[in-house]
Amino acid sequence: MKKQVPLLITFLTGFIVIVSFFVPHRPFGILETQVLTWYAIIFGFTMLIGVDSLIRLHVRKTQRRKKGWWYSIVFFAGFLYCFVTGVISLIRTSNPFSPGTVFFYGYRTILIPLQSTMFALLAFFIASASYRAFRARNIDATFLLIAAVIVMIGRVPAGYKLWPRLPEVANWILNVLQMGPMRGVMIGIALGAVAMSLRLILGIERTYLT
Amino acid sequence: MFFLLIFSFSISAKDTPNDAGGSITVSTYNIPHYTERIELYRKVKGDTLYKEAGLISLYKGEFDDTLAVAGESYLYRARAITKDTVYIAMTEEFVSSSPQWFNKSRTAVLLFIVIFGSFVFVFIQLAKKNPEGLFIRRLPAIDAIDEAVGRSTEMGKPVLFIPGIEYITDAGTLASITILQRVGKKVAEYGTRIIHANFDPVVMTAAQETLKTAYAEAGRPDAFNKDDVFYLTSEQFGFAAGVDGIMERERPGAIFLQGYFYAESLILAETGYSIGAIQIAGTNATTQLPFFVAACDYVLMGEEMFAASAYISREPRLLGSIKGSDLTKSILLGLIGIGVTFGTVASLLKQAGNPAYMEIFNKVLDFLAMGAR
Repeated sequence: MKKQVPLLITFLTGFIVIVSFFVPHRPFGILETQVLTWYAIIFGFTMLIGVDSLIRLHVRKTQRRKKGWWYSIVFFAGFLYCFVTGVISLIRTSNPFSPGTVFFYGYRTILIPLQSTMFALLAFFIASASYRAFRARNIDATFLLIAAVIVMIGRVPAGYKLWPRLPEVANWILNVLQMGPMRGVMIGIALGAVAMSLRLILGIERTYLT
Repeated sequence: MFFLLIFSFSISAKDTPNDAGGSITVSTYNIPHYTERIELYRKVKGDTLYKEAGLISLYKGEFDDTLAVAGESYLYRARAITKDTVYIAMTEEFVSSSPQWFNKSRTAVLLFIVIFGSFVFVFIQLAKKNPEGLFIRRLPAIDAIDEAVGRSTEMGKPVLFIPGIEYITDAGTLASITILQRVGKKVAEYGTRIIHANFDPVVMTAAQETLKTAYAEAGRPDAFNKDDVFYLTSEQFGFAAGVDGIMERERPGAIFLQGYFYAESLILAETGYSIGAIQIAGTNATTQLPFFVAACDYVLMGEEMFAASAYISREPRLLGSIKGSDLTKSILLGLIGIGVTFGTVASLLKQAGNPAYMEIFNKVLDFLAMGAR
């Protein structure tokens, strides 16, 4: 019973979504929207589970004075700030993200710069990963290095100055040499995803029910 | 202003095809030069007055009247307004909308699903009869799981598992749960700690249950620590920062990056590399694959992730579905080859003055691309 009910729900939901993809007539078109609404409602409640897990984790970390426990204090401060200002802003303006609210002020001046900083770090990580990937250790890596140099130089004005046809060569590498294998991988992924979906709907794949 | 009724500017209205009703498409023809805007009005059968329906896009020359009620009949009138003239056009017959039982634009998709489903079904039956007859090539990334967990155990370090930053609805996330089961079992056997940080609370719950079962199957249910499977945040870079912090503090010996990733993939993989962990990645995000190939020791590329459950379990029904998918892929490759050859020949014949084959080719393309519109 513990497995049969979820399998039945999965089958019915999958069946409804597939049928409504092909049949626009009522009630199928509406059923798909309703299933998605149900998912949104369930997702909302699962956030509570997430918050509960997060708070428990940091409480335990602080109590046991685990390594780096003081970061948990930063978490509690941030959580409290977001929760209190979020509720106040919601009551006052009905949308916490409205410009001028205390919540939005924190979002704009703390969270966005922090996220931008993390994103900016990517440039350094790309440099270090490229250095390793482009080392000419064997013939394959040498081809990769040559292609990468052509593409990188061909994408900047200096490349055009060096040889006016270099951007064309770079584009050819991107649009022909690179595109073929990439499409192959994409077709494989799409077919794999469809096969996996079929396995889930038909109840063949049950790992998620363990 | 001159109000002119001219015959060159005209409109037509028809029930919008392939929908649930409640929409009528109005098309314009011969829009006068220098038209600033086209106003559309409609009249319900029985009414005397036209009411405003909206503005027709000058770029598309079409308007979908989605406020039309299914079953009601309408007459349309359009006013194309230029700087000094108003051109008027109207429909001559009443039009009504009705819901359709089948979306014809998706015929090609249905055909594909039927063929694909049939192959999967046939191969599942074959696999049931002869499970040994189906061969699946080696997946080094899956084989390396034992090595990675073993290495972590020898070093006395934990194992870190990241299931990507997509939700449980993503196929890649579900595939990562399958791989987690195998990792969990090995971790339980070796008595190593596993840390599982999550982006989505639902994935967290599924991961907790999966690991719990894996520990039970390994005969060590008491060793499972639910607190090691936790929710971090649903903010992309907040999650990346959190996982990087865990890597720096806990120094895991093995890191599994399995699931759908975005721009944070390289941030995670490079941090993992910097702490000297053995890294096994797997993703169905094509844009992130090169980053993982550059920074990780083993990578499950795209569809390999979806084949992992069959590879691990060797369950005939799962193996059959992989074989069915492979055959469909082979047929698609063949069709692509035939299509490219036929299209090239048709193009050459068209240049030589025989456009018939190009027309056939375009019709086939139109049929296949219908659903994408």
